Amino acid sequence: MFLDASGSSPMTNRTLEAFHSGLADGWADPSRLHTESRRARQLVDASREALAEALGSRPEHTFLSQSPHLAIERVLAGVFTARRGRDRIVASAVERDATLHAAHHLTGGRVTTVPVDRLGHVDLDALSHELGVPDVALAAVQHANHEIGTVQRLDAVMEAASAAKVPLVVDATASIGHGPAPEHWDAMVANPADWGGPAGLGVVAMRPRTRWLPAWPEGDDWAPGGLLVPAVLAAAVALQERLEQRDATQGRLRGLVDRVRATAATWPGVDVVGDPDERLPHVVTFSCLYVDGEALLSRLDREGIAVGSGSACTTSTLEPSRVLAAVGALSHGNVRLGLHPGVTDADVSRLLALMPRVLADLRAEAGAPEL
Amino acid sequence: MTADDAAVGDGAHVTVDATGLLCPLPIIELAKAARGREPGTELTVLCTDLAARIDVPAWARMTGNEFVGESETDGEGVALTVRLR
Repeated sequence: MFLDASGSSPMTNRTLEAFHSGLADGWADPSRLHTESRRARQLVDASREALAEALGSRPEHTFLSQSPHLAIERVLAGVFTARRGRDRIVASAVERDATLHAAHHLTGGRVTTVPVDRLGHVDLDALSHELGVPDVALAAVQHANHEIGTVQRLDAVMEAASAAKVPLVVDATASIGHGPAPEHWDAMVANPADWGGPAGLGVVAMRPRTRWLPAWPEGDDWAPGGLLVPAVLAAAVALQERLEQRDATQGRLRGLVDRVRATAATWPGVDVVGDPDERLPHVVTFSCLYVDGEALLSRLDREGIAVGSGSACTTSTLEPSRVLAAVGALSHGNVRLGLHPGVTDADVSRLLALMPRVLADLRAEAGAPEL
Repeated sequence: MTADDAAVGDGAHVTVDATGLLCPLPIIELAKAARGREPGTELTVLCTDLAARIDVPAWARMTGNEFVGESETDGEGVALTVRLR
C-alpha cells in the first residue's frame, strides 16, 4: 500500500506501454540525420508539444533536462546570468533544497529567504519589501509545497515581482499534474515523476519575454549527453492521462485528504500541518509528539504501508526539515502522505484505523508521558 | 519534585538537562519534568540537538503552554525555556 506518491508515483499501464513503445521506436540518437534518428526526434518533439500545452507554455520555450534538480539549477542559473549587475536572489523560506542550494551557489550566499505564516503562505509584505531593493536578480517562489501541500497565492506574488520588474521563477514540481497549471510565472519547473511519469526528467517552461542566457558550456542544450527518449514520451502520456482523469480523481483524493486531516486532528498530540483549503489535492503532513519519525516509518512499513517523512533528525547528519521549521511544526514524528489515483478509500481507512495504536506503542516504548 | 533524573530544581524554576539527547528525547524529558507542576512554573531545557529549537516552541503550542525564549549556554548547546499554564 503505497501512500508516498510525492515526487514519485506508480506508473499506469498506459504510461508503461508508452515507455516500451518509446524503447522500440525511439532508441536512436535524436540529433542525427537519418530516418531512425528522425523517428526518435519526432517522439521527443511531439511529447514536448504535449507537455508545453499542459504547462501553458510554447514548445520552443519548453526545455527538457535530466532531472527536476538539474532543471531547477539551470533555470535559476539561466535567468540569473541574464540579469547582469544584480546579484541577490529572494526566495521563500519553504523552497526546495535544490532551489536554495543553487541560489547560494550562484550568488555566493546572497540569498534572502522570506518567511511564511503558520499555514505556509509566503509573507507578501516582506516579499514586496525585499524585491524593492534594486540588487535583486530574481525571485524564486514555489507553486505548492512538496511537504505540507500549501499552494502559494502566485497572483499576488507575481504582482509584487512585476511591480519590482524582477523575474519570477516558480517551482511547480509538486503541483503539475494535480490541478490546473499556475498562470503566474516568468519561468517554471515541473517534475514528470511526480505525476506518474518516469524519474530522470525535468521540464522547464519560459515565457517568450523571459530573458535567460546559457550559463553552461553546452549552449542551448538543456540536456547535455542527451535525453532518454522513452522517458520523455512516457512523461507526456502520463500527464495526458492525469489531465483526462482530473475531474474524477482530484475530487476523490481531496476528499480522502480532508478525511485524513479531520481524523488525525482528533488524535492526542498530533498536529495537522499546512493550509486545509488552499492546498494540493493529494498531499498531507501530520506531526506526532514524542515519536521518532524513523521508528514510525519503519513500523508502518512492517505493516505494509509506505508513507513519507519530513524529518530524519535521529540520523544526526541530516538537519530537521526547513519547511516544517518555517511553519512552526515539530521536527520529528512526521508522516507525509502523497495519494496517487490508485489509492482507495479502504487503503486510507486502514491507515487511519492503525495509527492510534502505532502512536501509543511508540510513545510507550520511548517512555513518553500520557497525553 | 518528580523522580526524573534529568530535572533539577524545585518551585518556580526547573532545569532539564537533555544534553547529548537526540530528538524527540529532549521534549520527552521536558514533558516528564513538566508533569504535575504548578501553572507558572518555568522549565529550561539544555539541548545540544538543535532540532529542539523547533520542537520546544512547537511542544509548548501543542500542549497549551508558553514558549518564553532561548538563550546561549556555556557549552555548545542552547537553553530553551517554557512557562506552564
